[in-house]
Amino acid sequence: MSKYVNETIKKIAPSGIRKFFDLANQMEDVVSLGVGEPDFETPWHIRQEAIYAIEHGYTFYTSNRGLDALRQEICKYYQRRFSLSYNWKEEVIVTVGASEGIDLTFRTILNPQDEVILLQPSYVAYEPLVTLAGGVSKIIELKEEHQFKLLPEQLEAAITDKTKILFLNFPSNPTGGIMTYEDYKALIPIIKKHDLLVLSDEIYAELSYDQTFVSIASFEEIKNQVIILNGFSKAYAMTGWRLGYLLAPRDIVTHMIKIHQYGIMCPSTISQYAAVEALKYGDNDCKMHKDSFEARRNFLVNNLNRIGLTCHMPQGAFYVFPSIKNTGLSSEEFAERLLQEQRVAVVPGSAFGTCGQGYIRISYAYSLNQLKEAIKRMERFMQQFNL
Amino acid sequence: MDEIKLLKLIEKDARISVRDLADVLNESESDVLDQISKLEQQQIICGYHTVINWDKAHNETVSALIEVGATPSKETGYDAIAEKIYRYPEVTTMYLMSGKSEFIVVINGKTMRQVADFVAQKLAPIEGVHRTETYFVLKQYKVEGVVVLSKPNEDKRLIVTP
Ligand SMILES: Cc1ncc(COP(=O)(O)O)c(C=O)c1O
Repeated sequence: MSKYVNETIKKIAPSGIRKFFDLANQMEDVVSLGVGEPDFETPWHIRQEAIYAIEHGYTFYTSNRGLDALRQEICKYYQRRFSLSYNWKEEVIVTVGASEGIDLTFRTILNPQDEVILLQPSYVAYEPLVTLAGGVSKIIELKEEHQFKLLPEQLEAAITDKTKILFLNFPSNPTGGIMTYEDYKALIPIIKKHDLLVLSDEIYAELSYDQTFVSIASFEEIKNQVIILNGFSKAYAMTGWRLGYLLAPRDIVTHMIKIHQYGIMCPSTISQYAAVEALKYGDNDCKMHKDSFEARRNFLVNNLNRIGLTCHMPQGAFYVFPSIKNTGLSSEEFAERLLQEQRVAVVPGSAFGTCGQGYIRISYAYSLNQLKEAIKRMERFMQQFNL
Repeated sequence: MDEIKLLKLIEKDARISVRDLADVLNESESDVLDQISKLEQQQIICGYHTVINWDKAHNETVSALIEVGATPSKETGYDAIAEKIYRYPEVTTMYLMSGKSEFIVVINGKTMRQVADFVAQKLAPIEGVHRTETYFVLKQYKVEGVVVLSKPNEDKRLIVTP
């Protein structure tokens, strides 16, 4: 019956992660380091608020933009944590995860053939969503030797007269790379000169370890060219609640809201009540999660280097992206054999763009004991390469 | 070295190896070892214990929490009375409290009879103690931050996600 299906959709390849999931999922005794979500359960006080909302009948639609109280708290949060002010009435939309925010932004902004600069290796959803919105992705390949940062000369070289959007995601899934204030500063004149709209996926902002997080919207001279995408999934361990938000200039929000109101109406009301609690009283949860991830990061990276999977200390998110080039295997071969031979699941780097070839993504959203077992198995696996 | 981080790690898992601690803290093993010895000498680390669910170990014990009303002596204050109480090995935990009673004492015994005897024969007669109120523990839910569940926490996540 696929004759009925839209031609653009037919051309979109299924996610490389999905294939790998199917393989790993049929096996027993697998230690997975393949997951892109925190292992913590949502903090109890936040769950309690959702239960309260259900018990007391807060189960109706909210306004399209989201609960007033939630939008107010989102703005207070950005002010408190990152010194950025947004107007809760006009510049915020509460979305179904950052995922909806990404899709919504592309669909609001892109005309057919407009170009979007994506930085790869990247989160898997960006490129297909650009295609679905009728845009064209222009890929910049970030390099390990630059710690997966974007350099001004790379940006300059990728811009054409069709370029409309620069899409950023720091701290990055899958590399764990970040951009500092100084790193961004070098990009600002280029962004200004070419009048680019910057989309900044800041979902891992709370998971920045050695440096404090900087949003590109902190540069006053381009703030009205920036759309911030964020959500509750990673910072508060709320992936299943499907809640995120975007912060954008008023004139763009006015148009975004049309797609959102007809396509979504509003995200789950119950999740929204829980999120108010998270923003009001959850700063300490974020801190605890971050401290715990930092400990695991150090543990994992020190051990990976010991067993011959050399990598830098990533500065954010909860991923390590080591090179496996010295094994002579492709990413897929490496991941598949590691799974078959030692029952450890990692994600091939190529799932995050062609330039991810030669790397694997390892998640450290696992307990020290799980990481330890995985390291033991990976060490056995690495021995065959005589490195 | 971040001493508080080190302490929090050992507080949660006293059996964590020095090498793992060194990896987690990004320090050398010898530095971690030195720091731990220092903390032990300073009595900041006071012991390494295990949380045991005795209910499951087929080894019946009874625990009781006892509120102790006491009048301090002029010279030595509360500490001297406290010492007379906590010296007994049956006492596992003891605090000086604000509120109605001066002390909270936790004791473990083999039987209820034993606990009652302890209170009547050892605790109540101590000079300065004028009142005791004993609460027997019926069931443990959470001890030292650990929920004493019957089954271990399972990973509810999918095995691979983006
Ligand atoms: C970089 C990045 N952006 C967005 C998302 C989607 O997040 P949400 O759960 O808020 O839709 C993810 C989830 O893995 C992610 O890694």
